[in-house]
Amino acid sequence: MDPQDEKIVRERQHARAKVMAWLLGAFVILVFAISIAKMQLAG
Amino acid sequence: MTTMTTSSVPLPAEWRDFLALTKPKVMRLVVFAGLAGMLVAPEPINPVLGFTAILCIALGAGAAGALNQWYEADLDAKMKRTAARPLPAGRMDRQSALHFGVGLAFFSVILMELATNMVAAGVLALSILFYVFIYTVWLKRRTPQNIVIGGAAGAFPPVIGWAAATGNISLLPVLLFAIIFLWTPPHFWALSLFVKTDYANAGVPMLPVVAGERVTRQQIGLYTLPMAAAALAPWPLGLTGWLYGVAAIALNGMFALLAARVALRQTAPGDAMKPEKRLFAFSILYLFLLLGALVVDHWVLG
Repeated sequence: MDPQDEKIVRERQHARAKVMAWLLGAFVILVFAISIAKMQLAG
Repeated sequence: MTTMTTSSVPLPAEWRDFLALTKPKVMRLVVFAGLAGMLVAPEPINPVLGFTAILCIALGAGAAGALNQWYEADLDAKMKRTAARPLPAGRMDRQSALHFGVGLAFFSVILMELATNMVAAGVLALSILFYVFIYTVWLKRRTPQNIVIGGAAGAFPPVIGWAAATGNISLLPVLLFAIIFLWTPPHFWALSLFVKTDYANAGVPMLPVVAGERVTRQQIGLYTLPMAAAALAPWPLGLTGWLYGVAAIALNGMFALLAARVALRQTAPGDAMKPEKRLFAFSILYLFLLLGALVVDHWVLG
Protein backbone atom coordinates (compact mmCIF):
# COMPACT_ATOMS: atom_id res chain seq x y z
CA MET A 1 0.00 0.00 0.00
CA ASP A 2 1.51 3.31 -1.01
CA PRO A 3 1.54 6.29 1.40
CA GLN A 4 -1.34 8.00 -0.45
CA ASP A 5 -3.61 4.93 -0.06
CA GLU A 6 -2.58 4.50 3.55
CA LYS A 7 -3.54 8.11 4.19
CA ILE A 8 -7.01 7.53 2.71
CA VAL A 9 -7.49 4.35 4.80
CA ARG A 10 -6.44 6.15 7.99
CA GLU A 11 -8.76 9.08 7.22
CA ARG A 12 -11.74 6.79 6.67
CA GLN A 13 -10.97 4.75 9.78
CA HIS A 14 -10.65 7.94 11.80
CA ALA A 15 -13.97 9.33 10.46
CA ARG A 16 -15.78 6.02 11.15
CA ALA A 17 -14.33 5.79 14.65
CA LYS A 18 -15.42 9.36 15.39
CA VAL A 19 -19.01 8.71 14.19
CA MET A 20 -19.10 5.45 16.21
CA ALA A 21 -17.91 7.28 19.33
CA TRP A 22 -20.65 9.90 18.96
CA LEU A 23 -23.28 7.20 18.41
CA LEU A 24 -22.15 5.23 21.47
CA GLY A 25 -22.19 8.40 23.57
CA ALA A 26 -25.71 9.18 22.36
CA PHE A 27 -26.78 5.59 23.12
CA VAL A 28 -25.48 5.81 26.70
CA ILE A 29 -27.45 9.05 27.24
CA LEU A 30 -30.55 7.46 25.66
CA VAL A 31 -30.39 4.37 27.90
CA PHE A 32 -30.00 6.65 30.92
CA ALA A 33 -33.04 8.72 29.85
CA ILE A 34 -35.11 5.56 29.19
CA SER A 35 -34.22 4.24 32.67
CA ILE A 36 -35.33 7.50 34.31
CA ALA A 37 -38.58 7.52 32.26
CA LYS A 38 -39.33 3.90 33.17
CA MET A 39 -38.67 4.57 36.87
CA GLN A 40 -41.03 7.58 36.76
CA LEU A 41 -43.75 5.47 35.14
CA ALA A 42 -43.30 2.67 37.67
CA GLY A 43 -43.27 5.00 40.67
CA MET B 1 -16.40 -5.49 -4.99
CA THR B 2 -15.07 -2.52 -3.05
CA THR B 3 -13.04 0.53 -3.94
CA MET B 4 -9.45 -0.62 -4.33
CA THR B 5 -6.20 1.09 -3.53
CA THR B 6 -3.48 1.09 -6.20
CA SER B 7 -2.06 -2.11 -4.61
CA SER B 8 -5.50 -3.85 -4.80
CA VAL B 9 -6.18 -3.64 -1.07
CA PRO B 10 -9.89 -2.91 -0.44
CA LEU B 11 -10.58 0.48 1.10
CA PRO B 12 -12.89 0.57 4.11
CA ALA B 13 -16.30 2.06 3.28
CA GLU B 14 -17.00 5.60 4.42
CA TRP B 15 -19.60 6.17 7.17
CA ARG B 16 -21.70 8.10 4.63
CA ASP B 17 -22.06 4.91 2.61
CA PHE B 18 -23.52 3.10 5.64
CA LEU B 19 -25.95 5.99 6.02
CA ALA B 20 -26.86 5.72 2.31
CA LEU B 21 -27.64 2.00 2.83
CA THR B 22 -30.50 2.98 5.13
CA LYS B 23 -32.32 4.90 2.33
CA PRO B 24 -32.71 8.13 4.36
CA LYS B 25 -35.16 9.69 1.85
CA VAL B 26 -37.62 6.79 2.16
CA MET B 27 -37.18 6.89 5.93
CA ARG B 28 -38.73 10.38 6.19
CA LEU B 29 -42.19 9.15 5.21
CA VAL B 30 -41.83 6.04 7.38
CA VAL B 31 -40.89 8.15 10.42
CA PHE B 32 -43.73 10.60 9.76
CA ALA B 33 -46.27 7.75 9.46
CA GLY B 34 -45.00 6.20 12.72
CA LEU B 35 -45.14 9.57 14.47
CA ALA B 36 -48.72 10.16 13.23
CA GLY B 37 -49.82 6.75 14.54
CA MET B 38 -48.26 7.56 17.90
CA LEU B 39 -49.68 11.09 18.16
CA VAL B 40 -53.29 10.06 17.42
CA ALA B 41 -53.20 7.23 19.97
CA PRO B 42 -55.63 7.79 22.88
CA GLU B 43 -52.92 7.32 25.50
CA PRO B 44 -50.04 9.83 25.67
CA ILE B 45 -46.56 8.36 25.69
CA ASN B 46 -43.61 9.60 27.73
CA PRO B 47 -41.57 11.91 25.40
CA VAL B 48 -38.32 9.98 25.91
CA LEU B 49 -40.02 6.64 25.20
CA GLY B 50 -41.88 8.17 22.25
CA PHE B 51 -38.61 9.51 20.82
CA THR B 52 -37.00 6.10 21.28
CA ALA B 53 -39.92 4.36 19.56
CA ILE B 54 -39.64 6.70 16.54
CA LEU B 55 -35.87 6.16 16.51
CA CYS B 56 -36.45 2.39 16.50
CA ILE B 57 -38.93 2.69 13.60
CA ALA B 58 -36.30 4.69 11.66
CA LEU B 59 -33.54 2.20 12.51
CA GLY B 60 -35.77 -0.75 11.60
CA ALA B 61 -36.60 0.88 8.26
CA GLY B 62 -32.89 1.57 7.75
CA ALA B 63 -32.05 -2.07 8.50
CA ALA B 64 -34.67 -3.28 6.01
CA GLY B 65 -33.29 -0.84 3.40
CA ALA B 66 -29.72 -2.04 3.99
CA LEU B 67 -30.71 -5.72 3.68
CA ASN B 68 -32.71 -4.88 0.54
CA GLN B 69 -29.63 -3.24 -1.00
CA TRP B 70 -27.46 -6.18 0.08
CA TYR B 71 -29.75 -8.66 -1.68
CA GLU B 72 -30.43 -6.50 -4.75
CA ALA B 73 -26.92 -5.24 -5.51
CA ASP B 74 -26.99 -7.03 -8.89
CA LEU B 75 -30.33 -5.43 -9.86
CA ASP B 76 -29.28 -1.99 -8.61
CA ALA B 77 -26.18 -2.12 -10.83
CA LYS B 78 -28.43 -2.49 -13.91
CA MET B 79 -30.68 0.50 -13.15
CA LYS B 80 -29.68 4.14 -13.69
CA ARG B 81 -31.73 5.21 -10.67
CA THR B 82 -29.82 2.91 -8.28
CA ALA B 83 -26.42 2.33 -9.91
CA ALA B 84 -24.70 4.94 -7.70
CA ARG B 85 -25.66 3.17 -4.44
CA PRO B 86 -22.68 2.05 -2.30
CA LEU B 87 -22.76 -1.66 -3.29
CA PRO B 88 -23.24 -1.43 -7.09
CA ALA B 89 -20.81 1.51 -7.20
CA GLY B 90 -18.20 -0.68 -5.48
CA ARG B 91 -17.71 1.58 -2.46
CA MET B 92 -18.59 -1.18 0.03
CA ASP B 93 -18.27 -4.96 0.23
CA ARG B 94 -21.48 -7.03 0.50
CA GLN B 95 -20.57 -8.61 3.83
CA SER B 96 -20.29 -5.22 5.53
CA ALA B 97 -23.77 -4.34 4.25
CA LEU B 98 -25.20 -7.66 5.49
CA HIS B 99 -23.63 -7.33 8.95
CA PHE B 100 -24.77 -3.71 9.21
CA GLY B 101 -28.36 -4.57 8.19
CA VAL B 102 -28.73 -7.59 10.49
CA GLY B 103 -27.10 -5.76 13.41
CA LEU B 104 -29.32 -2.71 12.98
CA ALA B 105 -32.46 -4.90 12.71
CA PHE B 106 -31.74 -6.72 15.99
CA PHE B 107 -30.74 -3.48 17.71
CA SER B 108 -33.95 -1.65 16.67
CA VAL B 109 -36.27 -4.48 17.76
CA ILE B 110 -34.52 -5.09 21.12
CA LEU B 111 -34.41 -1.36 21.92
CA MET B 112 -38.10 -1.02 21.00
CA GLU B 113 -39.02 -3.84 23.41
CA LEU B 114 -36.90 -2.35 26.20
CA ALA B 115 -38.30 1.17 25.74
CA THR B 116 -41.95 0.43 24.95
CA ASN B 117 -43.63 -2.98 24.73
CA MET B 118 -43.67 -6.40 23.09
CA VAL B 119 -46.51 -5.55 20.65
CA ALA B 120 -44.62 -2.61 19.10
CA ALA B 121 -41.37 -4.64 18.97
CA GLY B 122 -43.21 -7.61 17.45
CA VAL B 123 -44.83 -5.53 14.68
CA LEU B 124 -41.48 -3.81 14.00
CA ALA B 125 -39.79 -7.22 13.65
CA LEU B 126 -42.64 -8.40 11.40
CA SER B 127 -42.32 -5.32 9.15
CA ILE B 128 -38.55 -5.82 8.72
CA LEU B 129 -38.96 -9.56 8.01
CA PHE B 130 -41.85 -8.87 5.61
CA TYR B 131 -39.85 -6.29 3.63
CA VAL B 132 -36.73 -8.44 3.43
CA PHE B 133 -38.13 -11.96 2.93
CA ILE B 134 -41.61 -11.49 1.41
CA TYR B 135 -40.97 -8.41 -0.75
CA THR B 136 -37.24 -8.39 -1.55
CA VAL B 137 -36.38 -12.09 -1.67
CA TRP B 138 -39.69 -13.72 -2.68
CA LEU B 139 -41.89 -11.33 -4.66
CA LYS B 140 -39.83 -8.61 -6.32
CA ARG B 141 -38.18 -10.74 -9.01
CA ARG B 142 -41.14 -13.11 -9.47
CA THR B 143 -44.43 -11.28 -9.90
CA PRO B 144 -45.84 -7.94 -11.05
CA GLN B 145 -47.92 -8.05 -7.86
CA ASN B 146 -44.65 -7.48 -5.94
CA ILE B 147 -45.48 -4.00 -4.73
CA VAL B 148 -49.15 -4.81 -4.06
CA ILE B 149 -48.34 -7.44 -1.43
CA GLY B 150 -44.96 -5.93 -0.55
CA GLY B 151 -46.69 -2.62 0.15
CA ALA B 152 -47.76 -4.09 3.48
CA ALA B 153 -44.19 -3.68 4.74
CA GLY B 154 -44.37 0.09 4.35
CA ALA B 155 -47.83 0.23 5.92
CA PHE B 156 -46.75 -0.97 9.37
CA PRO B 157 -45.23 2.27 10.84
CA PRO B 158 -48.52 3.90 12.05
CA VAL B 159 -49.45 0.57 13.67
CA ILE B 160 -46.05 0.45 15.40
CA GLY B 161 -46.38 4.06 16.57
CA TRP B 162 -49.88 3.41 17.93
CA ALA B 163 -48.77 0.14 19.60
CA ALA B 164 -45.77 1.88 21.21
CA ALA B 165 -48.14 4.34 22.92
CA THR B 166 -51.00 1.98 23.83
CA GLY B 167 -49.62 -1.56 23.85
CA ASN B 168 -52.44 -2.73 21.57
CA ILE B 169 -53.82 -2.38 18.02
CA SER B 170 -57.33 -1.09 17.31
CA LEU B 171 -59.46 -0.01 14.32
CA LEU B 172 -57.81 3.36 13.53
CA PRO B 173 -54.25 2.02 13.13
CA VAL B 174 -55.67 -0.85 11.03
CA LEU B 175 -57.32 1.75 8.77
CA LEU B 176 -54.04 3.70 8.58
CA PHE B 177 -52.36 0.45 7.57
CA ALA B 178 -55.04 -0.05 4.87
CA ILE B 179 -54.60 3.51 3.54
CA ILE B 180 -50.83 3.11 3.05
CA PHE B 181 -51.24 -0.47 1.77
CA LEU B 182 -53.74 0.67 -0.92
CA TRP B 183 -51.77 3.86 -1.65
CA THR B 184 -48.59 1.93 -2.51
CA PRO B 185 -49.70 0.44 -5.90
CA PRO B 186 -50.77 3.72 -7.58
CA HIS B 187 -47.72 5.45 -6.07
CA PHE B 188 -45.20 2.87 -7.35
CA TRP B 189 -46.94 2.18 -10.66
CA ALA B 190 -46.88 5.92 -11.45
CA LEU B 191 -43.10 5.76 -10.88
CA SER B 192 -42.71 2.53 -12.83
CA LEU B 193 -44.45 4.08 -15.85
CA PHE B 194 -41.67 6.62 -16.29
CA VAL B 195 -38.74 4.36 -15.28
CA LYS B 196 -40.12 1.36 -17.19
CA THR B 197 -36.98 0.92 -19.29
CA ASP B 198 -34.84 0.78 -16.14
CA TYR B 199 -36.97 -2.01 -14.66
CA ALA B 200 -37.11 -3.86 -18.00
CA ASN B 201 -33.29 -3.72 -18.35
CA ALA B 202 -32.87 -5.11 -14.84
CA GLY B 203 -35.43 -7.87 -15.45
CA VAL B 204 -37.75 -6.75 -12.65
CA PRO B 205 -41.31 -7.84 -13.54
CA MET B 206 -43.00 -4.52 -12.76
CA LEU B 207 -46.56 -4.24 -14.09
CA PRO B 208 -45.76 -1.94 -17.09
CA VAL B 209 -42.97 -4.33 -18.14
CA VAL B 210 -45.09 -7.51 -17.88
CA ALA B 211 -48.66 -6.39 -18.63
CA GLY B 212 -48.02 -3.17 -20.55
CA GLU B 213 -48.82 0.47 -20.00
CA ARG B 214 -52.58 0.25 -20.63
CA VAL B 215 -53.19 -2.32 -17.90
CA THR B 216 -50.95 -0.37 -15.49
CA ARG B 217 -52.92 2.81 -16.11
CA GLN B 218 -56.22 0.97 -15.51
CA GLN B 219 -54.86 -0.52 -12.29
CA ILE B 220 -53.73 2.92 -11.03
CA GLY B 221 -57.29 4.15 -11.58
CA LEU B 222 -58.84 1.09 -9.94
CA TYR B 223 -56.62 1.10 -6.83
CA THR B 224 -57.37 4.78 -6.24
CA LEU B 225 -61.00 3.88 -5.38
CA PRO B 226 -60.40 1.54 -2.40
CA MET B 227 -57.55 3.82 -1.28
CA ALA B 228 -59.91 6.80 -1.18
CA ALA B 229 -62.57 4.70 0.60
CA ALA B 230 -60.05 3.65 3.27
CA ALA B 231 -58.83 7.26 3.63
CA LEU B 232 -62.37 8.62 4.10
CA ALA B 233 -63.56 5.79 6.39
CA PRO B 234 -62.20 7.11 9.73
CA TRP B 235 -64.55 10.12 9.55
CA PRO B 236 -67.97 8.40 9.10
CA LEU B 237 -66.83 5.73 11.56
CA GLY B 238 -66.47 8.45 14.20
CA LEU B 239 -62.74 7.88 14.67
CA THR B 240 -61.84 11.43 13.59
CA GLY B 241 -63.50 14.86 13.43
CA TRP B 242 -64.71 16.98 10.50
CA LEU B 243 -61.28 18.57 10.03
CA TYR B 244 -59.80 15.27 8.90
CA GLY B 245 -62.94 14.53 6.88
CA VAL B 246 -62.69 17.77 4.89
CA ALA B 247 -58.93 17.30 4.32
CA ALA B 248 -59.48 13.67 3.24
CA ILE B 249 -62.19 14.68 0.74
CA ALA B 250 -59.98 17.42 -0.76
CA LEU B 251 -56.82 15.30 -0.91
CA ASN B 252 -58.57 12.24 -2.33
CA GLY B 253 -60.39 14.41 -4.87
CA MET B 254 -57.05 15.78 -6.06
CA PHE B 255 -55.47 12.30 -6.07
CA ALA B 256 -58.41 10.90 -8.05
CA LEU B 257 -58.16 13.73 -10.58
CA LEU B 258 -54.44 13.16 -11.17
CA ALA B 259 -54.92 9.36 -11.22
CA ALA B 260 -57.78 9.68 -13.74
CA ARG B 261 -55.55 11.74 -16.04
CA VAL B 262 -52.93 8.98 -15.92
CA ALA B 263 -55.52 6.18 -16.22
CA LEU B 264 -57.25 7.62 -19.29
CA ARG B 265 -54.12 8.69 -21.16
CA GLN B 266 -52.37 7.13 -24.13
CA THR B 267 -48.75 7.96 -24.84
CA ALA B 268 -46.63 8.11 -27.94
CA PRO B 269 -42.90 7.20 -27.95
CA GLY B 270 -40.78 9.97 -26.42
CA ASP B 271 -43.61 11.24 -24.19
CA ALA B 272 -42.35 13.37 -21.27
CA MET B 273 -44.71 11.50 -18.86
CA LYS B 274 -45.61 14.70 -17.03
CA PRO B 275 -49.00 13.50 -15.61
CA GLU B 276 -47.30 10.33 -14.27
CA LYS B 277 -44.51 12.35 -12.64
CA ARG B 278 -47.10 14.75 -11.20
CA LEU B 279 -49.12 11.85 -9.73
CA PHE B 280 -45.98 10.30 -8.23
CA ALA B 281 -44.90 13.61 -6.64
CA PHE B 282 -48.42 14.37 -5.38
CA SER B 283 -48.84 10.87 -3.92
CA ILE B 284 -45.96 11.58 -1.50
CA LEU B 285 -47.41 14.96 -0.53
CA TYR B 286 -50.86 13.30 -0.20
CA LEU B 287 -49.69 10.90 2.49
CA PHE B 288 -47.84 13.62 4.44
CA LEU B 289 -50.88 15.93 4.34
CA LEU B 290 -53.43 13.19 5.11
CA LEU B 291 -51.51 11.96 8.15
CA GLY B 292 -50.79 15.58 9.14
CA ALA B 293 -54.52 16.36 8.97
CA LEU B 294 -55.23 13.34 11.17
CA VAL B 295 -52.83 14.61 13.84
CA VAL B 296 -54.14 18.21 13.66
CA ASP B 297 -57.73 16.94 13.86
CA HIS B 298 -56.86 14.87 16.93
CA TRP B 299 -55.18 17.83 18.65
CA VAL B 300 -57.74 20.49 17.71
CA LEU B 301 -60.99 18.54 18.06
CA GLY B 302 -59.79 16.01 20.64
